[in-house]
Amino acid sequence: MFDDFLVRATLAGIGVAIGAAPLGCFIVWRRMAYFGDATSQATILGIALALALNLSVIVGALAVALVMALTVTSLSGRGYSMDTLLGVVAHAALASGLVAVSFLSGVRLDLMAYLFGDILAVGQTDLAVIWLGVALVIAIMFWRWSALLTATLNTGLASASGINPKREELVLTISLAIVVAVAIKVVGVLLIVAMLIIPAAAARPLARNPESMALIAGVIGALSAVLGLRASYLYDTPAGPSIVCVAAGLFLVSNILGRFRVA
Amino acid sequence: MTLVMTDGMTIQMGGTTALRRVDFSISKGEIVTVVGPNGSGKSTLMRAIIGAIEPTEGSLTRAPGLRIGYVPQSLHIDPTLPITVRRFLSLPNRKPKAEIEAAMARVAAENLLDKQMFTLSGGQFQRTLLARALLEKPDLLILDEPTTGLDQPGSAAFYRLIEDIRQESGTAVLMVSHELHVVMSASDRVICLNGHVCCHGSPDVVASAPEYRALFGSGTQGALALYRHDHDHDHHQHDRDHDHAEDHAHV
Repeated sequence: MFDDFLVRATLAGIGVAIGAAPLGCFIVWRRMAYFGDATSQATILGIALALALNLSVIVGALAVALVMALTVTSLSGRGYSMDTLLGVVAHAALASGLVAVSFLSGVRLDLMAYLFGDILAVGQTDLAVIWLGVALVIAIMFWRWSALLTATLNTGLASASGINPKREELVLTISLAIVVAVAIKVVGVLLIVAMLIIPAAAARPLARNPESMALIAGVIGALSAVLGLRASYLYDTPAGPSIVCVAAGLFLVSNILGRFRVA
Repeated sequence: MTLVMTDGMTIQMGGTTALRRVDFSISKGEIVTVVGPNGSGKSTLMRAIIGAIEPTEGSLTRAPGLRIGYVPQSLHIDPTLPITVRRFLSLPNRKPKAEIEAAMARVAAENLLDKQMFTLSGGQFQRTLLARALLEKPDLLILDEPTTGLDQPGSAAFYRLIEDIRQESGTAVLMVSHELHVVMSASDRVICLNGHVCCHGSPDVVASAPEYRALFGSGTQGALALYRHDHDHDHHQHDRDHDHAEDHAHV
């Protein structure tokens, strides 16, 4: 069954959608969309380094995403606002990644494949890595959910209940780095944030509680992956962008449905 | 029994000293109010007590197993975060349905249970936060300017509720407030803070303290007696304190 590239692509897409769903919700709730952007852009540097050092792309991407996320978390609150810091660090990493790539003679790097992903080229090993990463993130989410949610609502409430908001932020940051690293192959650096945010935003009008929003986001994301790949196959459109287009369409539909439900 | 005690606690944040050598304590069942102008370190003191910040110098001791119910100064819930009152009350730990309903009934807000948090009005929100704090079965209830955004009758009703709860449950209450007259009458002790402890004592004592008046103006309250002074004080002459107090004692 895993021999079929379309089946592998679909499974990869569903995996990323499931891992991205709870994180996407936190990104929406905490208004940190730009943080996701910055982390994913910086991974281009990781990819370049991995290729230069002959490492697996996912290892390089994960390492840089983690370093990026930790740097920004520790730098925040030291004079510059978060979005300014992210702008500096992320674009510096992206630019030096692109420069580094140009030095890699001998390695023919298809940059487009990393910017927009190449889900149809997902191999069995890639699939295993994606699902391992996703399983890890989902496990972390189950384990920390209450604490993460309390810290997201109010840091004071969290502290009074013995939860360290800084630690929870770190947990979230690391989880985000993992999802970004495993999702590069599927949707690419530029569209990862779309997979994080659009399903979560589409789930909002249909949800009454945080848990149901994360679940619905997972369903919407998975549905986008399946339908997007199908459309890509039928109409010969690029796979990653097709998935994101379907997700955006579902966002519109859920908002219209939400209107009716309220009325 | 002392619930929380600080000894010479100094807190520095970002190079500035937010609190300087604060000696503070609160005992079982007491209502203590902290007053002070903006930037006087009131919220910093609360945040230190709940464990959100560590003292730079000095010490802060909590009674072992101390349960704190905390009502934060402001809690903005983003409309993108759907959460019913019922679910909110079960954070971070699941609470039995009956307890949740009893807590909301206690703050006269049981009709809100299935409402979305972001749709609540200011008064409904504060009641919900109070119910959540009560669900912790606190030994110490901490309220950081709990009536910000409530109108006069609303905040008066809120303070009456707190007094009733103290009567019933015996929980100690530590409150930060701007609404000096309302709050001070309900308190056992008042602490006037301005980076350090300016003066403290029973409400009428603090109201008549020159340090308090220097910060807040005289108001209309009659003065009775000056209770105590902090000795590291520098904007007032020490040897005249007691004369001052007696001047006002028979007004």
